[in-house]
Amino acid sequence: MSAILEVTDLQVSFHTRHGVVKAVDGVSLRVEAGQTVGIVGESGSGKSVTCYSLLGLIPQPPGRIEGGRAMFGGQNLLGLSEAELQKVRGSRISMIFQDPMTSLNPYLKIGTQLVEPLRLHQGLSKAAAWARGIEALREVGIAEPTSRMDQYPHEFSGGMRQRVMIAMALITRPELLIADEPTTALDVTIQQQVLDLIKDLQKRLGIAVIFITHDLAVVHEVCDVVNVMYAGRLVESAKAEALFAQPRHAYTRALMRSIPALQDRGQALYTIPGLPPDLSLLPSGCAFRARQTEDRQGLCLTDRPPPLREVAPQHWIQDCPGCVEGGLS
Amino acid sequence: MLRFILRRLFQSLLVLGVVFTATFFLIRLKPGDPFSGEKAMPASVRAQMEKRYGLDLPVWKQYFVHAAAFARGDLLPSLRYEGVPNAKIIADSFPVSLVIGLSALTIAIGVGLPAGIVAALRKNTWLDYSAMSLAMLGICLPTFVMGPVLQWIFGLKLGWLNVAGWFERSDWILPSATMGLIYAAYIARLTRGGMLEVLNQDFIRTARAKGVPGRQIVMGHALRGGLLPVVAFLGPAFAGITTGSFIIEKIFQLPGLGQHFVGSVFNSDYTLVQATTVFYAALLVLINLGTDILQAWLNPRVRLT
Repeated sequence: MSAILEVTDLQVSFHTRHGVVKAVDGVSLRVEAGQTVGIVGESGSGKSVTCYSLLGLIPQPPGRIEGGRAMFGGQNLLGLSEAELQKVRGSRISMIFQDPMTSLNPYLKIGTQLVEPLRLHQGLSKAAAWARGIEALREVGIAEPTSRMDQYPHEFSGGMRQRVMIAMALITRPELLIADEPTTALDVTIQQQVLDLIKDLQKRLGIAVIFITHDLAVVHEVCDVVNVMYAGRLVESAKAEALFAQPRHAYTRALMRSIPALQDRGQALYTIPGLPPDLSLLPSGCAFRARQTEDRQGLCLTDRPPPLREVAPQHWIQDCPGCVEGGLS
Repeated sequence: MLRFILRRLFQSLLVLGVVFTATFFLIRLKPGDPFSGEKAMPASVRAQMEKRYGLDLPVWKQYFVHAAAFARGDLLPSLRYEGVPNAKIIADSFPVSLVIGLSALTIAIGVGLPAGIVAALRKNTWLDYSAMSLAMLGICLPTFVMGPVLQWIFGLKLGWLNVAGWFERSDWILPSATMGLIYAAYIARLTRGGMLEVLNQDFIRTARAKGVPGRQIVMGHALRGGLLPVVAFLGPAFAGITTGSFIIEKIFQLPGLGQHFVGSVFNSDYTLVQATTVFYAALLVLINLGTDILQAWLNPRVRLT
């Protein structure tokens, strides 16, 4: 399979008053056509910044893309001008966001917002775009789409708004959808519906999806490939079955232990102790050392960041002797 | 919508009734009366005058006579400008205030809005800092400082315009600029604040993610919400500006309505006080109604009920 998006060694930092924060440090990603790729990690692990910087959506300054390449359809996204990026955004790569309550413009009609990408990127007439908009609402399961087009976001529930966001993102039939925690802000009952909708549309339209989440249960359900991020770096990356069958890195294991559904009833929920490190004062060695609870912290690298190694075809692990059971070699 | 307007108009009548009643009694609490000038009036003449204007009646009777007249739309004659109807006084002076006020408002919006938008878009750059420093200066400068400064520069030094008076076509410029620039300062600050608030919202990020170009984001996505605070401010400001400013009219020697507001109180011109106050209240009520409708148009979450 050929990759439609290939990110190599992405480096993003934020230059703040309190110093330089390395939000993304050498992340590489590969997304094949039609695939769902998960990026998992705690808040502040750099998973969102990774995707936002691909589309030039991080505020610059203070953000700055320091290096790397992101090949998409033969062009390097990181080298494109703002005007060129505008032609990619919402046309060939779309995004949906965490909070559907605030992600839609409260001052504009649903229809106006929904068909904006069509009007912008495909130059459709108002009437033609509106008709496509009604179709798109029907596609995401919104009843009475014709009259719903004339309503405003506050007349929609949270789940319905996320459906509108999905319809809006897919209305131009992009090749890639970036979903930034699309179910986190929704009720549990709605979460499943939205996940099913994304899976269903993905299959029908044959688009690739990057799924950003901190919820491993969701990843398990939808993703083909999983990238685990910690402190701005990739910790482990593998096919979903391989990762869930045998998580190699201590952080991946810790994340899995904290899935509530996998624990016995009545037991206290497992949580990873401590907080992710301050990215402006990143330790020189293994970033997870301080929070590791597998009694091998002593073996963690302290002098250099652990390198990524491919241990099996397409299974990459950060090679830290303290975090990887038995070591890699 | 129509029901909302009708209900509001009905409420307005109540408001005007209350305003009229309060004014009627309050102005009569003031020491002195319409005929107590520097020269004492012979008692017989005074009695004659009081009889002529109905001031010899008991106050409650006067109230009903006046209220009935106002309800018919008759604003009664002035007590000071003998025999001149108050309606004529307002009709003569209000157009002057309206011209000055509307042009001041145009200047205020024309300067304030773009300045605020640019300051918000170029936040924390020299453009923002200089626009906001000027705005701060404008807010701090009272009209009686700004006015004479403009008179001195454009009237005396450059000689382009008349220093004061209401004779030539160009005489509206200086007073309008004085008032307009000061209001522009408020509008610029409100616009900047409103725009910054909106530009930080998630839905702006959504618009960018859709590939909407920067200018279109500002005009199509941000401006509506960003203007809400300005619109809320403009309603009362509009009434205040168009009914004339006593200070501006003094500085520039204008025959506007503002002078009558203040003058009628000093003169104990009971009927003129009532007329100007009710006129101002009516204008304010109407403009607030307009503002509410405009806000509902800008913000779909506002319901007109």
